[in-house]
Amino acid sequence: MTEGFHYRTYAYARSADQDRARPAHHPVVVAGGGLVGLTMAVDLVQRGVKVVVLDDGDQVSVGSRSICVAQRTLEIFNRLGVGARCRAKGVTWNTGKVFRGDRLLYAFDLQPEGGQRNPAFVNLQQYYVEIYLIERLAELDPAALRWRNRVEGVIAREDHVEIGIVTPEGGYRVTCDWLIAADGVRSTVRGALGLPFPGEAFDDRFLITDIVMKSAFPPERWFWFDPPFHAGRSALLHKQPDDVWRIDLQLGPEARREEELREDRIVARLRAMLGPEVAFSIAWSSLYTFQCRRLKHFRHGRVIFVGDAAHTVSPFGARGGNGGVQDADNLGWKLAAVLAGEAPEALLGSYDIERGQAADENILNSKRATDFIAPKMPAMALFREAVLDLATEHAFARAFVNSGRLSVAAAYTDSPLSTADTEPWNAGPAPGAPAPDSPVTIDGRQGWLHDLMHDGTTILCGSRAQSCDGHLSVRVVREGDDVEDATGLVARRYGLDSTVAYLVRPDGHVAARFRDPTHGAVTAALARLHGRAAA
Amino acid sequence: MTTRRGLARPDDIYQALMAAQSGLSPEDAERFRARLILILADRLGDDAAVAEAIAAARQDLRRATGA
Ligand SMILES: Cc1cc2nc3c(=O)[nH]c(=O)nc-3n(C[C@H](O)[C@H](O)[C@H](O)COP(=O)(O)OP(=O)(O)OC[C@H]3O[C@@H](n4cnc5c(N)ncnc54)[C@H](O)[C@@H]3O)c2cc1C
Repeated sequence: MTEGFHYRTYAYARSADQDRARPAHHPVVVAGGGLVGLTMAVDLVQRGVKVVVLDDGDQVSVGSRSICVAQRTLEIFNRLGVGARCRAKGVTWNTGKVFRGDRLLYAFDLQPEGGQRNPAFVNLQQYYVEIYLIERLAELDPAALRWRNRVEGVIAREDHVEIGIVTPEGGYRVTCDWLIAADGVRSTVRGALGLPFPGEAFDDRFLITDIVMKSAFPPERWFWFDPPFHAGRSALLHKQPDDVWRIDLQLGPEARREEELREDRIVARLRAMLGPEVAFSIAWSSLYTFQCRRLKHFRHGRVIFVGDAAHTVSPFGARGGNGGVQDADNLGWKLAAVLAGEAPEALLGSYDIERGQAADENILNSKRATDFIAPKMPAMALFREAVLDLATEHAFARAFVNSGRLSVAAAYTDSPLSTADTEPWNAGPAPGAPAPDSPVTIDGRQGWLHDLMHDGTTILCGSRAQSCDGHLSVRVVREGDDVEDATGLVARRYGLDSTVAYLVRPDGHVAARFRDPTHGAVTAALARLHGRAAA
Repeated sequence: MTTRRGLARPDDIYQALMAAQSGLSPEDAERFRARLILILADRLGDDAAVAEAIAAARQDLRRATGA
């Protein structure tokens, strides 16, 4: 099991906090340095917030785990300075194919439209993404990350949080203004606060394996229902960098761990799938059952939950990691604004509402996919069979086939930070939706619209839109002055004409949009965006 | 639930439904009906109408058998 990736360990280092008589105080502590905790830390540090990250381990994610990095995550990673590395290393894919038996049922293209910087997905092992984030964080603040620091006890007070930490050299305590719980699905912090994690567990077991194999299979997501090599179940094949391939095999509810994880057993299953000739070696394998759960609320006073600690989903649809990264993206600017005294604490309530809505959507989608892949009751099996049979001949039935609805950016349709449209719009992102990227010309050079929106709140406007200038801490990106829409894609994606203005949040979601805005309307939308809405 | 359009020849349609299932084992008859429901849902082409039909069928069953 040593093929492929070589793990390094990160050294534990004693921190000055351990030698203090009284606990040191930090503005923000992040419990958990996994995919989401690291994203959270880089985001906050880039916004000028001092952060301490505590991780109980001393290495990156063992096994690839999350491999599908969605377009929205790549956009966020661009802002955090790791997007280019992910794109360069990752395997780009936009196409998925669904098979029934040995027949292709249909293929789908997740990105039919050109003019995009990021593909619908790249596949990249979770350990690479974490390494890039660790290196980025070290660049910004070499002391931020503390390995082998296990959070054991949490006491949430009214105006601060006390944390008990265990290291190889014994325990110490710190206090903080805000504790971000990013300590994964078995969250210690969640346990310490005694919070229930309600939801549902699925019976079926899945064998998840990464193999190293030289193969000419295309970089596409291939999903089988009832394949000839694994009768009556489902299978998934997906390419990763370094000639690593992800294979998921549904094993049913009776599968026994001791048996299924025996190497000869796994090899026999893979041989049936790949044929007798193909040379491969196993890099990682694990037996999973899946669950969908969430905390009722993601904010509990000064403790805020992100990623798998807050919600967990089955992997069909790649919504776990991608959802968690969007949590961090949503929370970062809000927490920074509250810490800087630029926004009231109430702004954080919108994190719970917005990401709660997104978590519900992710749970709904991944639950539906899991139920389709592993039908729970006879009626589900009956209809699934009918759908799959019909789908060969009848195009309409393909829409019912659910092998996972893949992660897209959440639209915060119920956001208290949004200002509702006052007139009908027939193009462009509605308030709450992410503002799309687009190729633009900046100072005569080809660039990307998003790169101008990274630093904070932005107003994107047409050449003659009024009342956009002169707002405190708002960057104006005016078509014609700051960017040129040489391809016409900004006009198309935003419905942007010369009098239109979009108010875009620091996380790149639309807060409001106007035609012929008045100063009063823009000011009110800005106040609402910063949690100071007139009731 | 309000009927959208009356069928011109309800007896013919009822007969065709029965004929399609005659001679089928109970399992195959179930399979047939699942396909038919999916095709009809598609032909309706109206999410709200389909949802309404599902609710009406379920409600009628509850009224009839308590299930
Ligand atoms: C087989 C599989 C396939 C998947 N595929 C995808 C995919 O394709 N795309 C996708 O988006 N998602 C996918 N996911 C989901 C994804 O892996 C998770 O959603 C993601 O890892 C969540 O990140 P996290 O940082 O919240 O938690 P984790 O990655 O679990 O990180 C938690 C961190 O906290 C640390 N920690 C735990 N307890 C403590 C403590 N008490 N003190 C200090 N530190 C602590 C842990 O060591 C760890 O580093 C997949 C998951 C699985 C299992």
